[in-house]
Amino acid sequence: MPWLVSAFVLITVAGLYGGLVLAPTDYQQGDSYRIIYIHVPSAWMSLFIYVVMAVAGAIGLVWHIKLAEIVAISSASVGASFTFIALVTGSLWGKPMWGTWWVWDARLTSELILLFLYLGVIGLYGAIDDKRTASRAVAILALVGVVNIPIIHYSVIWWNTLHQGPTVTKMDKPSIHVSMLIPLLLMALSFKFFYVIAMLQRARVELLQRERNAQWVKNLISGSK
Amino acid sequence: MSLTQAFFAIIRRDLVLALRRRSEIANPLLFFVLVITLFPLGIGAEPRLLQAIAPGVIWVSALLAAMLSLDSLFRSDFDDGSLEQILLSPHPTSVLVLGKIIAHWLVTGLPLLVVAPLLAVFLGMPNNSLGILLLTLLLGTPVLSLIGAIGVALTVGLRRGGMILSLLVLPLYVPVLIFAGNAVQMASSGLPVDAQINILISILLMALVLAPLPVAAALKMSIN
Repeated sequence: MPWLVSAFVLITVAGLYGGLVLAPTDYQQGDSYRIIYIHVPSAWMSLFIYVVMAVAGAIGLVWHIKLAEIVAISSASVGASFTFIALVTGSLWGKPMWGTWWVWDARLTSELILLFLYLGVIGLYGAIDDKRTASRAVAILALVGVVNIPIIHYSVIWWNTLHQGPTVTKMDKPSIHVSMLIPLLLMALSFKFFYVIAMLQRARVELLQRERNAQWVKNLISGSK
Repeated sequence: MSLTQAFFAIIRRDLVLALRRRSEIANPLLFFVLVITLFPLGIGAEPRLLQAIAPGVIWVSALLAAMLSLDSLFRSDFDDGSLEQILLSPHPTSVLVLGKIIAHWLVTGLPLLVVAPLLAVFLGMPNNSLGILLLTLLLGTPVLSLIGAIGVALTVGLRRGGMILSLLVLPLYVPVLIFAGNAVQMASSGLPVDAQINILISILLMALVLAPLPVAAALKMSIN
């Protein structure tokens, strides 16, 4: 854990410094484009974590590994927060750029629906009292969601689009300058570290709560006093 | 009993049960009609405005009606224990569950098609888009039942599953709403809608094949 935290701090400082100080000002958008160093990595994370959650859920469903179930549900709230951050920063960026806080743009809308999917997962987990059963329910839901996300995403894109096209994933020649790209990738990496840290802490709490009647937990608590 | 016999036996049983309790068929239908009547009252009866929002309003109301009727899909079987018998039977659960979903759609989805023309007239939709509206309802409402069944199967064991059910199911309904609503909109401006109809057909086929599997898994989870 200390290693993860120090790596996270280092990369975040480097990424933020590179993004906020070293990277040049955009000739069209001025300084306000710099919000992408938060916005884009959290949008990536929001999808990435959903996939992690579904994979962990599937592992838990098939092999009944308790730890995978715990990873799945611990990812949900972190993922929901990243989705929320992506939405808020997107809206903050949209105000000076598009002149309005909210646009029914395809990517924003599918991000919003993703947030609802996360909230559904969290709500379902909270609603079922038996946590083993709840984990299985969450895993099924997450798998259904993973099949549906591409469909929802493309149907929303088809419905309406205003967003800038992807500027980084064009493999041959990204339409973003290297001095802007490197901090962005650093931030993406640092967000991954943050996810692992936050998820592990949640998983620890979840595990202790579930096993609160087990002997090793009692030993742990009496040992720490 | 062969699988085919069991499949049709389930459909017949559910239809008979539904016909004995007719008010449960009428309720979603009444809800559908009532919600649509509320829109002109809330927005104002300006014909051009109503015409513009008609496809969306009809589809959103159909979505809500379908969602409200979902609870009856497994509820009574769960309460009286026949759901456990279905799970215990030697036939694959997903196929039997598909039978239940089809019966449920015949009872709650199909009647929407019957009242839809009336509501289209209420909202002043042009006649040429009426056929497309019915076609999208015919293709779309089974998908609503299939996807909704996943949500009900996950929440059937809960005492108050209603709110959580809408949170689970509505985001998954988005593609159907987009393509169906858009098809009707296009049709009323006289444009071709082959693409949307084809996509709706493919969504229906995919849901028909894939949805019963998570439903069966979720039911097994809810029962024990």
